[in-house]
Amino acid sequence: MNQRNPSVIPAGLPSGGAPSSQAKALLFSMKRIRAVEETIASRYNEQKMRCPTHLSIGQEGIAAGVGLALNRDDFMMSTHRAHAHYLAKGGNLPAMIAEIYGKVTGCCRGKGGSMHLVDEEAGFMGSTAIVGNTIPVAVGLGLSIKLRNTNQVSCVFFGDGATEEGVFYESVSFAALKKLPVLFICENNFYSVYSPLRVRQPEGRKIHQLAGSLGLPASHGDGNDAVRVYDMARRAVDGIRRGAGPQFLEFTTYRWREHCGPNFDNDIGYRTEDEYLAWKKRDPIVMLQESLLGDGRATREELDGMAATAQAEVDGAFAFAGQSPFPDPSEAYTGVFK
Amino acid sequence: MRSISFAQAINEALSEAMRQDERVICYGLGVDDPKGVFGTTLGLQEKFGDHRVFDMPTAENAMTGVAIGASLNGIRPVMTHQRLDFFLLAMDQLVNNAAKWHYMFGGRRSVPITIRLILGRGWGQGPTHSQNLQAWFAHIPGLKVVMPTTAEDAKGLLLSSIFDENPVVFLEHRWLHNVQGHVPEGDFRIPIGKAHVVREGADVTIVSMSYMTIEALHAMEFLEKNGVSCELVDLRTVSPLDWDTVFNSVKKTGRLLALDTGSATGSVAGEIVARVSMGLWSSLKQAPRRLAMPDFPEPTSPALTQGFHVRAEHIAREVAEMLGKAIDHGQIAAQRKHPHDVPGNWFNGPF
Repeated sequence: MNQRNPSVIPAGLPSGGAPSSQAKALLFSMKRIRAVEETIASRYNEQKMRCPTHLSIGQEGIAAGVGLALNRDDFMMSTHRAHAHYLAKGGNLPAMIAEIYGKVTGCCRGKGGSMHLVDEEAGFMGSTAIVGNTIPVAVGLGLSIKLRNTNQVSCVFFGDGATEEGVFYESVSFAALKKLPVLFICENNFYSVYSPLRVRQPEGRKIHQLAGSLGLPASHGDGNDAVRVYDMARRAVDGIRRGAGPQFLEFTTYRWREHCGPNFDNDIGYRTEDEYLAWKKRDPIVMLQESLLGDGRATREELDGMAATAQAEVDGAFAFAGQSPFPDPSEAYTGVFK
Repeated sequence: MRSISFAQAINEALSEAMRQDERVICYGLGVDDPKGVFGTTLGLQEKFGDHRVFDMPTAENAMTGVAIGASLNGIRPVMTHQRLDFFLLAMDQLVNNAAKWHYMFGGRRSVPITIRLILGRGWGQGPTHSQNLQAWFAHIPGLKVVMPTTAEDAKGLLLSSIFDENPVVFLEHRWLHNVQGHVPEGDFRIPIGKAHVVREGADVTIVSMSYMTIEALHAMEFLEKNGVSCELVDLRTVSPLDWDTVFNSVKKTGRLLALDTGSATGSVAGEIVARVSMGLWSSLKQAPRRLAMPDFPEPTSPALTQGFHVRAEHIAREVAEMLGKAIDHGQIAAQRKHPHDVPGNWFNGPF
């Protein structure tokens, strides 16, 4: 099936040298996301999480970097693969796990599931299950910020597939036209479900260049280098907050597991084990850990402590979800209108 | 009371809403152009500024999402499309987002947007400028679907729509824009979800919406001269539908004729026939009937639209048949002083 590796693996070492507080915050954010999703993966077969679940294991660097660059009252929107974004923005973890369990304590009271997350208190305004579908909504939030003059930023995540949707062009174009405070983040993981970029986009296309032609600054970076993501996102956010209009950032990365579900699927033939292993060597968590250990900005004990803290929080969230009640069946027939 | 047109009533409602609440914004292709969407948006940009009233890119889907996003942060957008057909590009945002948001996010946030869609008919509007898809919208849980007939209802319902906490699809029939009527000044509201008994009568209940109500009134005037008394229920809102008013009327008359501006299969009129049949079977003196558009796209040539639409004469014929009366319904068409494909001599096209 694969004539050549469709993914482009960045060369070189990650950017080091970030102040240790920021680097450690990024590392903890990634470790926490990884712990959440590994726990989901390991418990998925219990059949208690009864909804389609899209894991972003391997892609955490982008969520962590962008999340750290935003303020709590900035807005964020996302896609079907939203756990990392929600968590990096400060979304409530127990409410997310309870939502995946279909419990009344979930962030949508069990009506949304993994693909519909929301925590407005953390500025996470929603994720939805239709490719490209939240891009204009985030632009609308940008319009509202401009109308209300509140100096916030509206950030939206989407994948490479979304840049094939008409609504992507419509939305970016309007944001550029009105100079809206919107940060577009394209996570390019090279696949839309099982379809590689080469069957979807012409050879040689650079998504960020295409976006740039729509009338806004656009650049590209290694999404597995969380420090680099953070630096680029922070600079973009600063510019947007100064009123310079929207910006577009494309980050390359790689989804380790299957499109939807907890398993690995390199054996089914749409991509190769070699490709996966090459990306796994560039694990965003391991790369940043090694950088921190290498120049003495962190000790092994500190890192172990982070992992233990994250796992304890995750275990608590799963216990909360497990113990929470289901919504009453009558709730299915409420809430269509406000 | 002063009399103004349906289009002026829409303009007044927009102006009143924007005057009252600075969170109301209004955009759509052509809202600030010299024609002002058949006059409905004229003067608004001068009054309220180009940050609140603006033209937009030809991007119906994204701009619907923009309205949704803005509404999540307290803005109340009113979006306008010169034809419903153009808005079909925006079904993802309408159906997957606007209609679902409040429900799927556990009731945490609603989407208070109003989408004005203008429906066409006749004068060569043809297959893609004339679709009356109210039944589509009514089929989606989470949308309110409003379809006023009179100038008064247009103003009162548009104000209610703009200040409703939920997404409202507001359908304006192009053939009604020039209809004159008494309209209160200032802020006044007609509640969403309440039908209006336009005329009381004894023999047959006619349930109708939007422009079909005008045809029904012509038919009833003729029928009355022939000794037939109809009760006319103008739905005003097709979702949520005012079943109480419909049922009470049919209980009284025992007969139902449901009219629809859209094609018959899967129509709102079909839903009315179904629910009345299920709920009022024993009150019915005979099988309910329905008059709607044929299940064909609307053709363009005036030769092909001759007899294509439901007109007053068809309504009169149907009612007479129901009552077993012989009346010369052909007189209605014979007395019409304008061509069949325009609402009146005021309409010279092109749009």
